Amino acid sequence: MVAQLRKRYAYAWTVLKGLVKTDFKLRYQGSFLGVAWSVVKPLLMFCVMYLVFARFLRMSDGTPTYPVVLLLGISSWQFVTDTTNVGLRALVDRGDLLRKIHFPNYIVVVSASMGALISYGINLLVVLLFAVVNRVQFTWRVVLLPLNFVELYCITIGWTLIMATMYVYFRDIAHIWDVFSQLLFYATPIIYPLSYVFQRGGIYARLGSLELLNPWAQTIQDIRHNFIAQTQPTIWTQFSNWGIRLIPLIITAFILWLGIFVFRKYEKHFAEVM
Amino acid sequence: MSEEKMKNSMSSTSASASAQEDSVSVESGEYRSNGERFPGMDAPVVLDVHDVYKDFKLPTEQATGLKQAVINWTKGIRGYRWQHVLRGISFQVHQGEFFGIVGRNGGGKSTLLKIISQIYYPNKGSVSVSGKLVPFIELGVGFNPELTGRENVYLNCALLGFDHEQTDAMYDDIVEFAELGDFMDQKLKNYSSGMQVRLAFSVAIKAQGDILVLDEVLAVGDEAFQRKCDDFFTQIRKDPTKTVILVTHDMGAVKRYCTRAMMIEDGKIVAYGDKETVADRYTLSNLEAERKKGEKQARKAAQALAQKDEQGKAVPVFPNGLNARVPILRTYPIGSPLIDGTQPFRFGVEYQFDEPGDFYIAIALHDMSRGGITYDSGSKTFRITKKGHHRLEFELPVDQFNDGEFSLFTSLRVPNASDPGATDLVAVAIDANSCSFVVRNPRNRQYALLSDRALQFVPVTSGEEDGLQAQDVIVNKPAEWKNPQSQQRVDEAQRQNALGSLKQITYDAQ
Repeated sequence: MVAQLRKRYAYAWTVLKGLVKTDFKLRYQGSFLGVAWSVVKPLLMFCVMYLVFARFLRMSDGTPTYPVVLLLGISSWQFVTDTTNVGLRALVDRGDLLRKIHFPNYIVVVSASMGALISYGINLLVVLLFAVVNRVQFTWRVVLLPLNFVELYCITIGWTLIMATMYVYFRDIAHIWDVFSQLLFYATPIIYPLSYVFQRGGIYARLGSLELLNPWAQTIQDIRHNFIAQTQPTIWTQFSNWGIRLIPLIITAFILWLGIFVFRKYEKHFAEVM
Repeated sequence: MSEEKMKNSMSSTSASASAQEDSVSVESGEYRSNGERFPGMDAPVVLDVHDVYKDFKLPTEQATGLKQAVINWTKGIRGYRWQHVLRGISFQVHQGEFFGIVGRNGGGKSTLLKIISQIYYPNKGSVSVSGKLVPFIELGVGFNPELTGRENVYLNCALLGFDHEQTDAMYDDIVEFAELGDFMDQKLKNYSSGMQVRLAFSVAIKAQGDILVLDEVLAVGDEAFQRKCDDFFTQIRKDPTKTVILVTHDMGAVKRYCTRAMMIEDGKIVAYGDKETVADRYTLSNLEAERKKGEKQARKAAQALAQKDEQGKAVPVFPNGLNARVPILRTYPIGSPLIDGTQPFRFGVEYQFDEPGDFYIAIALHDMSRGGITYDSGSKTFRITKKGHHRLEFELPVDQFNDGEFSLFTSLRVPNASDPGATDLVAVAIDANSCSFVVRNPRNRQYALLSDRALQFVPVTSGEEDGLQAQDVIVNKPAEWKNPQSQQRVDEAQRQNALGSLKQITYDAQ
């Protein structure tokens, strides 16, 4: 069966490797530091964010590890926006390829996400560095992280596939997403601690819990919880009802299915429409 | 075939087009007109295109944007119309074939090629491919100027589905063929455009696919590179495992390389099978289009002139070679422009000239395939006595010619004021106003202009000591060429087939 799978996806795999490799080579083309930028840039960005949020704004939930938690959240969100913004335009940007050779179209979207994934991986290494410097105590929960990353990838790629398909037909979607992703950014506890919302009590606390039903908020909180700080509230700590606990997972599965379904339905016409 | 019959059958070709096209079936493409099957038809079918239809939505009004969409919706405008690009295409290509697809621009060739390459999907019908099909709709797809030649080759190959090991195996071959060994580690942006194209072309033809699909890519590189490509195509022709599908406008390439060919016009197959038939059909189609364009231009000029008379100020735009003094001057074939040469070629000259004084019509016959001016009437030969808008007709015996493509250029001249022996050119009918015709006959050869009917070398007895007597040289008549090695004779047979099947197709239409 493995051999069969390999045969079926060999072409897709070859193309994917070719595209990702080229993208990576071209990203820092012509700069003096070259590939080193991929590590230096997030490191410097983190320093800036650390200074602004942790030092000047004194954003904190009272735990000493909060700066690292903040960086982890920001880099996770970075992965989401990188994938969606590049993936959304990938079909159109690669239009010359799609019009001239036949290959599985989803590869161009996936290759965009791979670029973002590589950056995310490097960012996570930098976060790990910060975590070690901050003397974070790692627990057995680290083994749960891969599951969280898989979920984050699934929801993001599913959503990107839907938008990439729509973008082929109406370009307005890029602008709509620009606005909507800002909304989503603030509706997700990334730069503010969720505990801060809870402390305000009443309707705010309830809305804060609802935020966790959003799969992106849920996965990012899970990643923070399992990676750095058990003090981070997650859907598992806030709700005891399994019906509610499973909502983000169900949404993720649905979006992924919908993305693949919509993409496959329209992919035959991409070359003609572009 | 007499000229009369030929004419009839040709005109019926366009008149009852649909009836004829329906008769072009998949099976008919496998047999010559004499019922003989093409060689290689027993090999497995590697590409089977069955009854393929393809329609495109063409936006008629500006249909982008919400505002326009709302306006269109309220007005009940659909905002697009259907363009039927392919209308029932069926054909099969067997393993080892070199299959040519020809057709005029906008006939649907490229769409068909994209469907074969699975870039477009047919609205109806099916395409089945067995083996690895490597399409080259365009050379150098995915080439990036910032990457080196080597990286580009690997990327291009990856896009075509070759993994790193497979590309490694082809790499040396590609570089050697492109003659770019010293440049492979240079960035592509530092290549000359010729080098880029050479690299792309080398990837295209050295890619180890089973079926190679090539679109209009033959005219690439300098002469030496061209010769290399020529050798390569001749070689791949003989390889029974490799199949090539070639889309081209170059009838020379079709005749040289292809085993079979087909022609597409208005989304349908109009000729299928014998490459000579297809090439001739294509030439004819081009000639007809040229004639139609000439007629249209003449009509337009006449209209523009009429408007000028009424309003007194409109300035008509004249086609190249004509002017306000001679708004109309064109040469056109009477009957089919494809003739067998047994009867004289008949053509007409239409002119409009209103100035006082004598004027002359001069006609030059150019040989388009060999070059040069075959014959010229002389500038003062035909003095025309009627002013205004008229037509006159001529006949030109072409019995003495071999096969060829010819063009007639007519000029209108007036006497030179200072030199009574000379004339001044007033207008000349060129481009669409000239008249092209083609001579095709199995009795002819192709190389020289004049046939054996016009001219022959006659051996004579030599007066030298070691000289031969006239009877020592045996003169073969064309019909007596029996030497099987003679390419000439093979060509002869193919020509016969070609015209035979041309007859076949056109008669089917009646």
